[in-house]
Amino acid sequence: MNLHEYQARELLKAAGVPMFDGGVASTPAEAEAIAARLGGTVVVKAQVHAGGRGKAGGVKLAKTPAETREHASRILGMTIKGLVVQKVLVVPAAEIASESYVGLIMDRESQRPLFMVSPAGGIDIEEVAAKTPEKIHRLAVDPRYGLLGHQALGLALKLYQNFDQVKVAAKIMDQLYRVFVANGASLAEINPLATTPEGKVIALDAKISIDDNELDRRPDLAALRDETAEAPSEVEARRANLTFIKLEGNVGCVVNGAGLAMATMDLVKYYGGEPANFLDIGGSSNPEKVVNALKIITADPAVKVILFNIFGGITRTDDVANGIVTATRQFKVEVPIVIRLTGTNEQEAVKILQGVGMKALNDMDEAVKQAVALAKEAK
Amino acid sequence: MSIFVNASTRLVVQGITGRDGSFHSKQMIAYGTNVVAGVTPGKGGQTFEGKVPVFDTVADAVRQTGANTSVIYVPPMLAAGAIAEAADAGISLIVCITEGVPVIDMTKVMPLVREKGARLIGPNCPGLITPGVAKVGIIPGQICLPGRVGLVSRSGTLTYEVVNQLTRNGIGQSTCVGIGGDPIIGTNFIDVLAAFQADPDTDAIVMMGEIGGTDEQKAAQYVAQHVTKPVVGFIAGQTAPPGRRMGHAGAIVSGSSGTAAEKIAAFKAAGYGIMERPADVVGLIKQRLKK
Repeated sequence: MNLHEYQARELLKAAGVPMFDGGVASTPAEAEAIAARLGGTVVVKAQVHAGGRGKAGGVKLAKTPAETREHASRILGMTIKGLVVQKVLVVPAAEIASESYVGLIMDRESQRPLFMVSPAGGIDIEEVAAKTPEKIHRLAVDPRYGLLGHQALGLALKLYQNFDQVKVAAKIMDQLYRVFVANGASLAEINPLATTPEGKVIALDAKISIDDNELDRRPDLAALRDETAEAPSEVEARRANLTFIKLEGNVGCVVNGAGLAMATMDLVKYYGGEPANFLDIGGSSNPEKVVNALKIITADPAVKVILFNIFGGITRTDDVANGIVTATRQFKVEVPIVIRLTGTNEQEAVKILQGVGMKALNDMDEAVKQAVALAKEAK
Repeated sequence: MSIFVNASTRLVVQGITGRDGSFHSKQMIAYGTNVVAGVTPGKGGQTFEGKVPVFDTVADAVRQTGANTSVIYVPPMLAAGAIAEAADAGISLIVCITEGVPVIDMTKVMPLVREKGARLIGPNCPGLITPGVAKVGIIPGQICLPGRVGLVSRSGTLTYEVVNQLTRNGIGQSTCVGIGGDPIIGTNFIDVLAAFQADPDTDAIVMMGEIGGTDEQKAAQYVAQHVTKPVVGFIAGQTAPPGRRMGHAGAIVSGSSGTAAEKIAAFKAAGYGIMERPADVVGLIKQRLKK
């Protein structure tokens, strides 16, 4: 789960990372009031989960509170990469002497939190990694001991020569590490970590992603989720304990298991169709989950056909069949349904479906081909 | 005739009295797996299904039954603790089925697993099966057939799909291993490929990967250098949008890295037979075993 910049700032600030005071506003009037309180020139920044906010016109300088209000009224409600801006962050504009990058990611290879720091900050770190990899310094931290003092100092020395700045930066490394571990982050990044002309080291932007698996034991973090930044169907699916991702095609997919769900989408494409979604109903699926899955998929007007692909292991295929029957009794499904199921309790499932005049296929390729053909006919 | 699990596997089930644990324990016993013990703290002294003794701790189970392998069906927030307990008790193969384990917990337990010299498979995996001998985890036994093709996969039901294709066409399996879909897992593709290469009873290998990370690319390099047996491979997630976690915590294309195209290219470069769809496994394996 990605946090908004203003949420990430709050976590870092609470840990002691030096940052400017600022405020978050949902209305132009609130933005104006924050600017008046801060005084001087401010930056108005759109709070959306999308890169390239600046290029899209979502980041503006304002010299006065009135100008802040103007910018805020333009940015609030603006759409950036399909996301509507609901909030803006208002912070003092800084004069910058230098910009560095400090990031921590959960590294799959070392299986540890990995620091990446670079004196070339303020730009996309992937770009730095591609063009000038020698400017990125890495350090994997052993979580049993945490970030040791000399390690923090070593990282800070890669960024600054002035030892007063080095000391501050080392402390920031430590604070960032603590925030990362305490919140089960998968990414925590300060970009840029800047110096002002007076030599003060200060974090200007912050980005934090939380491991989704962490949220079950951290209601405080789960509460930071911004559901307005997601497709409504995805919010509904999460509430029903389904993993759902909306796509652009017209073949609705209901599958058990993430790998098979991806392979099903791929096979739809292979046979010339376009999947409308990724949907994993998970293991031990009860009929209720199938009903919810069908509700969510049929709410998408683009969907021309629904394809079930169920390989019964823990999932009992008769549960899925019962779910399909229950759903079609509860509400009218206007599009054709193609069902492939095999595995646990397959014969019972086939009988249940036959009882209501529905057919079940046994072969995945056959089912996908049929679904793609039906989607094409419907156009 | 297998890797990791065989006739000398003595299994302890952590979480044997839970809903999933008890269901799958019955299935494992029915398949013929030597389930020697169960563990549920507070339920020590009970017996499961009238024959399997239940202990409060894994250490007790090991002392009294000689268990050498453990399978974990405990809730996600307790899973890393269960792994640590098994490693500490001297279990040499730990299989964690649990999905949803916080990744930060895994970073803390992995050093202990390595220090103790244990092998962890998973978390978030279907476990493994040596058809006809033993199954540890949740792979349905009835779709497997004893034979000489090794299979390694990051997913669950997609593995079943491919195993089923093989079995229906009379191609048996030496061992099928689900390594799990999380970003931090105990056993990676290379570990399993090396074991299959060394196993005299495996003639060919099927490798099922997916988007996210670089494990498949590294495995392909390993195959090019160290694996002489034929390998066929599949990558799920060619149509996955970048930046979205596709169910599995590890299945995410970040920026331009971890894409299906990049992984398939690595497979091709290493001489894999490329499965464009799961059903291709049959033809490719037959063709490569003929050579």
